[in-house]
Amino acid sequence: MKHALSIKDLHKTYEGRKVALSGVDLDIEEGEFFAFLGPNGAGKTTLISITCGLVQKTKGKIIVQGHDVDTEGDDAKLHIGLVPQEFNADIFTKVEDILYIQAGYYGVSRKEAKPQVEMLLEKLSLKDKRNNTPMELSGGMKRRLMIARSLVHKPTFLFLDEPSAGVDVELRLEMWKFLRELNESGVTIVLTTHYLEEAEKLCKRIAIINKGEIKRIGTMDEVRGGRPLEEVYLEITA
Amino acid sequence: MNLRQKYIAFMTIFGKEVKRSFRTWKQTFIPSIITTVLYFLIFGTFIGSQIKSIGGVSYMTFIVPGLVMMAVMMNSFQSMLSKFYFLKFQKTIQEILISPMPAWLVVFSYLSSSVFNGLLIGSLIFGSAFLFETIPVAHPFLAILVVVLVSSFFALLGLINAIYAKTFDDMNIVQTFFLTPLTYLGGIFYSIKLLPEVWQNVSHFNPILYMVNSFRYSILGFSDITITTCLLVILGGIAIAFSWVLYLFKTGRGMKA
Repeated sequence: MKHALSIKDLHKTYEGRKVALSGVDLDIEEGEFFAFLGPNGAGKTTLISITCGLVQKTKGKIIVQGHDVDTEGDDAKLHIGLVPQEFNADIFTKVEDILYIQAGYYGVSRKEAKPQVEMLLEKLSLKDKRNNTPMELSGGMKRRLMIARSLVHKPTFLFLDEPSAGVDVELRLEMWKFLRELNESGVTIVLTTHYLEEAEKLCKRIAIINKGEIKRIGTMDEVRGGRPLEEVYLEITA
Repeated sequence: MNLRQKYIAFMTIFGKEVKRSFRTWKQTFIPSIITTVLYFLIFGTFIGSQIKSIGGVSYMTFIVPGLVMMAVMMNSFQSMLSKFYFLKFQKTIQEILISPMPAWLVVFSYLSSSVFNGLLIGSLIFGSAFLFETIPVAHPFLAILVVVLVSSFFALLGLINAIYAKTFDDMNIVQTFFLTPLTYLGGIFYSIKLLPEVWQNVSHFNPILYMVNSFRYSILGFSDITITTCLLVILGGIAIAFSWVLYLFKTGRGMKA
């Protein structure tokens, strides 16, 4: 199996000397569904943001789909899709146009993007809202729009930063179904979550991160070691 | 990204921004036109009729190139400043930062949309001057080139301001304390030859003087400074500003934590 993501000795210290990541090593294989668990401020979002090019690392090496983000950053980015924690699309632009514009940023023309846009609008139940602006969408619809936007250029690697935060149970289950299908189609998925149940339902491997360090990593069974995940999580993050 | 992908990415940003300008035409185009037409009316017609000719042309004709330049400069600066600051404010800039577009392409695409706006504003205002007086155009192609270059320079300054700005207040500092005084003292309403020698020398340190005079030369065929010097100063300014912007993108200053 090839590594979809390989991280070596990753460090990040923000201004004010706040240490967010401290020597993270991680390998994620192609086609994996992987979860990062950890409390707020553990370093999950920082790790994702560095890999996507939103935050500067202090030290370390990151390779995405065989491309070093320092020397072949643009090639690496072609493979990555990101669903951020906060809604960040232009609130004055129509849903459909948000997707076409995002495709354009990746060099995909409107004509080429059309089948993918239509599929995503259909699958994520946004077809009726295609001519609405995000200001007219509910929280759940905005979350689905973020997922659609992240997939419009057909990435092979998807980051989901707390995808189900603030999402109702029904939508969460729909989202899980969609993500499973996506993973089965070959997309490597890494998500961060506070919901242990989400990780248990979706992921084969997980990592528990706290204070900028990976405290435990492995298959679900390896991490649990025969105990409930919640118990292990609380013990590690205490 | 290959060349075709880069072209698509360029057209995406350019098209999006031009569309936005037309969507917000009441903010983008109308204020500059109204303000400049008022200048034409008050300074050109009412006061200008009492002033003797400068360089063989009426005062109204003399101030038209400077006022067109002023509108182009301010519009290019403000449009780039506001569009980029709001990209940061809304965090929409993350869409661009995670994309595979190289920094120069992002800058060039936004710059092109601002230059397009600048050309449009310049044309509309220059056209409106004909409501008051027929203005001769000595070097039309040079005039277009000067608008493109000056618009580029001010758009880059707007971008730099937007990147450094942390609050809404920071958006106004450069314009209020630097650009507006330099613009009004940049020879729009007068020839620097009318000033005492010491002030003539001081004026040469004002980069806007070269921009106003380059456009005045291209329209009226005369200026206080040679066109070669003017173009060199403008091109030098663009080179410095573009390098600065690329550096900011590369280091992520103001955009990345």
